[in-house]
Amino acid sequence: MLNFNPQLIIPELFMVALLAVLFIQSISRRLTDSIDWVPVAALIGAALAAFSPASGEYMFYDSYRIDGLSQFFKTIVFLGLAVCTGNALRIGSLGKANKADYFFFMSMSAFGLLLLSSTVELFTIFLAMELASFSLYILLPFRNDDRQAVEAAIKYVLFGAVASAIGLYGVSYILAGQHTTYVNELLNMDWSFAQQPMALIGLTLFFLAFLYKLALFPFHFWAPDVYQGASNETAAFAATLPKLGAIVIMVRLMAFNPGLEVKTVLAVFAAASMTLGNLIALIQTDVKRLLGYSSVAHAGFVIMGLVAGGAHGLAAASYYALVYMVMNLTIFWVITRISKDGKNVALSDLKGLYSTSPVLAFVLAVSAFALVGLPPTAGFIGKLFLLNSAWEAGIYWLVIIAVVNTALAIFYYLNLVRHAYTLDQDVPAKISLSPLGASIAIILALGVLYLGVVPQNIYAFLLKASTGILS
Amino acid sequence: MLNTGFPLLSTLIFFPLLAAVVLFFLRGDHTVRVFTLVISLIECILVLPVMTGFDTTTAQFQLVEKTAWIEPWNIYYYLGIDGISVLMVLLTVFLLPICVLCSWKYIGQRVKEFHFCLLLMTTACIGIFSALDFVLFYIFWEAMLIPMYLLIAVWGGPRRRYASLKFFIYTLAGSTLFLAAIVAFFINTGTFSIPELMEHRYSFQFQLWTFMAMALAFAIKVPMYPFHTWLPAAHVEAPTAGSVLLASILLKMGTYGFLRFCLPITPAASVFFAPLMIGMGVLSIIVGSLLALGQSDMKKLIAYSSVAHMGFVTLGIFVFAFRGLEGAIMHMLNHGIITGALFLLVGLIYERSHSRELEDNLGVSKHLPAFTGFLLLFSMAAFGFPGTNGFFSKLLILLGVFKVNYWLGVLFVVGLLLGMAYLLRLLLNVGWGTPSKAPGWKDMNFREWVYLIPLGLMVIYLGVAPGRALSFLGPSIENLLVQFEASKEIHLEAQTPEHPLPLALMPRHGTAEGIAGQQLNTAAFDVPASSPYSLPREPKSMVAD
Repeated sequence: MLNFNPQLIIPELFMVALLAVLFIQSISRRLTDSIDWVPVAALIGAALAAFSPASGEYMFYDSYRIDGLSQFFKTIVFLGLAVCTGNALRIGSLGKANKADYFFFMSMSAFGLLLLSSTVELFTIFLAMELASFSLYILLPFRNDDRQAVEAAIKYVLFGAVASAIGLYGVSYILAGQHTTYVNELLNMDWSFAQQPMALIGLTLFFLAFLYKLALFPFHFWAPDVYQGASNETAAFAATLPKLGAIVIMVRLMAFNPGLEVKTVLAVFAAASMTLGNLIALIQTDVKRLLGYSSVAHAGFVIMGLVAGGAHGLAAASYYALVYMVMNLTIFWVITRISKDGKNVALSDLKGLYSTSPVLAFVLAVSAFALVGLPPTAGFIGKLFLLNSAWEAGIYWLVIIAVVNTALAIFYYLNLVRHAYTLDQDVPAKISLSPLGASIAIILALGVLYLGVVPQNIYAFLLKASTGILS
Repeated sequence: MLNTGFPLLSTLIFFPLLAAVVLFFLRGDHTVRVFTLVISLIECILVLPVMTGFDTTTAQFQLVEKTAWIEPWNIYYYLGIDGISVLMVLLTVFLLPICVLCSWKYIGQRVKEFHFCLLLMTTACIGIFSALDFVLFYIFWEAMLIPMYLLIAVWGGPRRRYASLKFFIYTLAGSTLFLAAIVAFFINTGTFSIPELMEHRYSFQFQLWTFMAMALAFAIKVPMYPFHTWLPAAHVEAPTAGSVLLASILLKMGTYGFLRFCLPITPAASVFFAPLMIGMGVLSIIVGSLLALGQSDMKKLIAYSSVAHMGFVTLGIFVFAFRGLEGAIMHMLNHGIITGALFLLVGLIYERSHSRELEDNLGVSKHLPAFTGFLLLFSMAAFGFPGTNGFFSKLLILLGVFKVNYWLGVLFVVGLLLGMAYLLRLLLNVGWGTPSKAPGWKDMNFREWVYLIPLGLMVIYLGVAPGRALSFLGPSIENLLVQFEASKEIHLEAQTPEHPLPLALMPRHGTAEGIAGQQLNTAAFDVPASSPYSLPREPKSMVAD
């Protein structure tokens, strides 16, 4: 049944309108640079998504579902978009593109993610994912004809295409095994290896496409290159929002409670991802590359919650998705402010940040401690939820590896703080920080602390949402 | 039982935090100093009801505050103090004004941030000693690392970067497995509440590895012998106030952890590991003392002496005797006072000679008589001269130790003698060594008198009349031992390996898991807490099927 009810998809419609305006701006001569309104519009979108009804209703012939989970992810995609576009307002060099182009593609990618949050049919999921990815492919090389950026983009496109192809191939297996591609029907199917080996293999292959977006080992190799190659503003986007899309789909599909084989594979990937990501990050000197490897490690943590499954596991993974986004947006916000003429930031550029900009140094410290997982920041509480659910599921070894990884990770995150607070630069760098930029940095840091101190309401909401998709 | 209805502990915890926020809006170094001093004095006044009103007849937790916090995971905001923690809370609060005063001149740059860190430290430390929820405890436990790291890394000596990093990595790495143990406790019992966890019974094997995970965190914090290497580095590089906080409060968190978690929650494992812990304690005493004997840097000397002192405390805890435990807790307090004061004295002389080497600080007795007097007093207290507080608490530990093992008592005495040796060496050189470099140095000024006098009075008061302080401890220790003896027995009888550590994924999630996960904190998980024979349950039985 079509069941088209425009009221339910107001956030999506709002995004379409936003895209339409940006499109007109990008082809006109005079309006290309007046894009200051986009972050504000994105915030309005977030409010629309947050207050829209989440009844669990199906639309478009059961391929689209409006439920708590989808509205949560739509809200945080909008919020993320607001910060990313706000971050990119003063982006310097875009090569041949203009700002309206840049914002158009960024918003288009976010639009794909909005759709992804609600899609509950495998082919629709695939299409929404491609919409989000293709816009991102175009976005990456926008960096003043930088060769590294182009290289990063090509890497991302080629490997991304292969990952998508594998995912699509997986769908064919699922279709062959279970004779349906609708998530609500698949939910009640048997997903054990003994009964449905083909479908289970198909599901694993389908997962791979999303593990690639999530930069989980062994599909992580693009992340450091893309982070390093893309401009700071683009990297802030590529590092955060696309992962939300991957996580929401993984949450929906892990609700199938697939056989132990898939879970074991994912758990091993997660363990390897954390350990490898943290170990390699130890020796990085480029901050964005370092964050690339850190994101590989964090992907492992999210997967831990997904492997644990159950209402708590899925809710914990979703909560960590939010935490991950906020932590990374915060640290990227700082990096973008520190960078000189949009260049990459090396560890040594952080020296003496304390004296040149105390605000940025403080925000950097908060986000770095959050990334380690130190209380009272969001990073800790998010990890605690994940560890609880993983232990509850009996994956003791993964919990041990996860906590030991905190000890591995502490050095390189602390190194950021150490450079900012205890080392001095010979020639103090000038940092131009507008009052607005400073206050948004503070708001983001407070957000990191808020999610760490008062997580109960959001978590309770997510718990309800994930219980909803399990039944 | 002291229960005011007013959230006194929360006020004690969050008042400094609030003040720290206000601090950001102040201008001028002097204003910041005065403001923090005033705040610290207000904090001291706030803590007075705890000192005067503390009910010394009950072992129950007092000033309890309990509010639901993260309900889906059964995490509570749960505070309370008993005889084991009350002295540490008092010590933490009273050290704050002393830390502010001793940094008055020493800290010349980034003054505001320095006091910000001091206030944060106070918040975290009081939180650690009063938290009764495991998650809340862990939050304070880890959060404390950040201001301490900054205190060493920003205002420290020449090798501060190395020392601060070592401190951070060491202590954080130690507590990671502790987190895993906390999670395991929760999944097994369905609660993070420490008093409830104490009433549960766990299988021996489960106790063994949770004890190890917790003990690693605490042993590093104490620090016990093989894990002590971060301490001298951190102490030497930290500013005076940082050293005082490290020695007086931070180290106590380790022994407090043993008393609060290891003994009551994992009694059988505590008995099992007691020989190891005692061995490490004795090694800490002997090796720490010998190392202290060989130092030429005064701060390093006192740092190593801390290792030895904490060895005494560990010994007192793991003989499981009433006097031993009493002495251990008293010595935690006394060591906090004495070593804090010794670090203050080193900081004081450093401000004059700009060196911490013994040979640069020879023969000050003639020129700085007041300073020498205090040095004499605190050194005597440190090696346990009768009439000082150090004597009394060591005597109690010795009583406990002798009762349990004669030979251990002999080793203990050797440790005492070594302690006397290194402190006399310090005292002789600084007081009467030649050639004297002291002419021209000024004796203690008013500010320095102000912050040393209270400590000096405490040394004598607690040495002559320790009854009041001891009365705080009695019921709690008794209760601890009664519980301990009872549950120790049960466990040595029932050594069923109910909770091995499986190294594989367990195929147990049925489709009903969503609902089962929901019920995590409902009645299914709650064992009648009071029945002592609610023996270790298979942790998973209540889930899924």
